[in-house]
Amino acid sequence: MLIMTRHVLRTMCVGAVLVATFTVIPIAAEARQLPGDPRPRPELVRQPYSKADVEFMQGMIPHHAQALVMCGMAKPNGANAQLQLLCERMSISQKDEIAMMRTWLRDRAQTVPAPDATHMTMDHGGMKHDMLMPGMLTDDELAALRRARGKEWDRLFLVGMIKHHQGAINMVDVLFKSHGAAQDDDIYLFASDVFADQTAEIERMELMLASLGGGQSQ
Amino acid sequence: MTATAVTAAQQAPPPQAAQPPAGGRGQAAPPPPVPALPATMPAPVTPTISATAPTPDARVGLRAGYWDAAQAAWNMRLVSNTPPPEAYRGITSSDLAFTGKYVVQGNYHGILFWDVSNPTRPVLVKDYVCPASQNDVSVYKHLLFVSSEGTGARLDCGTQGVPEPVSKERIRGIRIFDISTISNPKYVGNVQTCRGSHTHTVAEDPNDKEAVYVYISGSAGVRSAEELPGCADGNMAENPETSRFRVEVIRVPLANPEKAAVVNYARIFNDLAPPPRRVEPGRGGAATPPPTGATPPPAGVTPPAGATPPAAGRGGRAGGPPTGPNQCHDITTYPEAGLAGGACGGYGLLLDIREVAHPVRMDFAGDPNMSFWHSATFNNDGTKVLFSDEWGGGRAPRCRAEDRLEWGANALFTVERGKLVFHSYYKMPAPQTEWENCVAHNGSLIPIPGRDVMVQGFYQGGITVFDWTDIKKPIEIAYFDRGPLEDGRLTSAGSWSVYWHNGYIYSSEIARGLDIYELVQTPHISQNEIDAAKTVVFAEANAQEQKRITWPPSFAKARAFLDQLERSNGMSAQNLSAARESLAAAEKATGAARRSALEQLSTRVNSQVTGSSDQAKMKMLVDALNELAR
Repeated sequence: MLIMTRHVLRTMCVGAVLVATFTVIPIAAEARQLPGDPRPRPELVRQPYSKADVEFMQGMIPHHAQALVMCGMAKPNGANAQLQLLCERMSISQKDEIAMMRTWLRDRAQTVPAPDATHMTMDHGGMKHDMLMPGMLTDDELAALRRARGKEWDRLFLVGMIKHHQGAINMVDVLFKSHGAAQDDDIYLFASDVFADQTAEIERMELMLASLGGGQSQ
Repeated sequence: MTATAVTAAQQAPPPQAAQPPAGGRGQAAPPPPVPALPATMPAPVTPTISATAPTPDARVGLRAGYWDAAQAAWNMRLVSNTPPPEAYRGITSSDLAFTGKYVVQGNYHGILFWDVSNPTRPVLVKDYVCPASQNDVSVYKHLLFVSSEGTGARLDCGTQGVPEPVSKERIRGIRIFDISTISNPKYVGNVQTCRGSHTHTVAEDPNDKEAVYVYISGSAGVRSAEELPGCADGNMAENPETSRFRVEVIRVPLANPEKAAVVNYARIFNDLAPPPRRVEPGRGGAATPPPTGATPPPAGVTPPAGATPPAAGRGGRAGGPPTGPNQCHDITTYPEAGLAGGACGGYGLLLDIREVAHPVRMDFAGDPNMSFWHSATFNNDGTKVLFSDEWGGGRAPRCRAEDRLEWGANALFTVERGKLVFHSYYKMPAPQTEWENCVAHNGSLIPIPGRDVMVQGFYQGGITVFDWTDIKKPIEIAYFDRGPLEDGRLTSAGSWSVYWHNGYIYSSEIARGLDIYELVQTPHISQNEIDAAKTVVFAEANAQEQKRITWPPSFAKARAFLDQLERSNGMSAQNLSAARESLAAAEKATGAARRSALEQLSTRVNSQVTGSSDQAKMKMLVDALNELAR
């Protein structure tokens, strides 16, 4: 049984960091308060949260940020109209969610990744390595996407974004399997929304991908 | 035993007095984030009444405030705002259900029971602490059903949450209460399901009077089999027994609600969902294997037909979408029309529910502008259906100037020979701030005879009333809105759901409690139309269970049709005024004289039908007069 107050929990999280030999910290870690960000409101935190919750939020920010990078290419790289529309909507969604996650972390005095942090730093016994969250495109894959144009971009984007979304869904699965996870309504709802929205979006993208593969006109 | 055969008999909750236990959110409460109530709550603003909405839009630039936000009202009036009791403040209020003179309001902290006999002053008769998200509520006779999906919900209604990833203390599914005495609800049972219950839908089966059915909708992931035996994740091709791609149908015996159990896993998604990578290009859609592997029902209940394969060879859909939904967010049943609308993630489904325990899919629609199909509302004739898109899940600000009007909106369809035909979108049109969560959410029809009018909540985008009689051109005819809960920060608030019920409009305000509104006479809605709407009375009502509206014979109804004919120019001014005079004279008369006056008027109007540009309405008027004459 784990019954945590905010204070106890924070102490626990810190403790966990101290003993861990393996911890994940986003690059550009301290982007706590950028101009226009809501000020922290720790008094709004009424429900317990766990290390898994915090890591989920910290990991999902760079994950979302990469989706914004990918979608940012849609217009310049000549995506089809349907994909440009999808990207316009996806960009709005993911920007909003990044803002929400940063607010959530700021209220809980946690490390707040910059809104455009696209990599994580893995601190392994003092050795730092770059790391990508599940489903994220590698630098090479991202570069290939950047080079592609038109229908080839569409295809690479869809394959990449389906994988990317699947990664987010996997992150939700990991979260829900963790101790003390998602007891906080905000994080439960957000993680559930990620699960539901991205599942629906994968459905839509798979449909688009199949129509590309089927050689139908764009 | 199958997963869902876990019933209350095995897991009876302790009495309400047993909680809250020590610790957790119940006790270790940090300073309350909710501002104290003002000494007097702000008075409702006086609505502007006009044919065209004020410009600039009065909803833009409203002052923020928790209890004292500025209000904008056009063509409708706030009657009362009643804050939630203290323990529930700062915690999300969710859906509403109606029974007798009571409104039942879900809240993530528990359930609130309001006596609304006096709409200017609702009285809280009971609050029942029982945390869960979303705690969406439905009533059926003496029973109350409550949805539980969040991972922190406990079987015993405790407030301490369930931190263990696998736990026998957790409930994700449906709780059942006996509310024979509303001030003393009794928690009589529950049904655990593999994906929990985000919302649910009550459905009556005319052939099974001993029971009531509940369709479970869930959009969450699948629980581990360790926590609930039989639960299995994966897609249909990998695992035909998967807990996804199905809707659970629960049968609740009215005399023994604790024996409620799942009786069918309706595979209404089949054939929508051949995994796309397995589709060979140019060959059309590969069919999913027949869903014969559905998990068997618990022992002792009617065996389900198992799956309900959709009609084979769906014409032009052979290629079909290569993938499909595996879940429904909401299912709205309309038993009298034999229909249900499934708002199912990436698709809207039209279901045939004439066999209540075995819903069958008739058609589906996809739409590139729809992000997340959230809920469905039929018009009263069952000839139209409106699907809403909860883009962003309801906690994002999706009504800013840059958020397109066709996104996070409603998509409007006609139902033509069992098929969905798209016509238009409707979204609350006023741009909102980035501090206001806003997207299409729950609403209901307003029973104005002869028109399709609906009231709908858009969270902090407020409440919008619109007319979708002309499905190609839905128009807003009234609204109410408040400023953001906070300036400079997005905190969830606004209308979760809003329903017309027995003459008033009830809104569950996520943060601010229970709002009650009324319609006022305006150029868009006449007093006669309001009076006719008020003749419709339901003893109970649930959001996702649509009932056929029937209007008892009334002079108000006949006058409402005359008002509509005036608006549509379907009757000449001279005929209109003569008809109104005759109707007034008939109302003054009694017995045979009244009957004869009404019959004469009916005959006269009937003779004018052919020359009218609005013959359908003329015929409705004739019928209304004949009903009155009888």
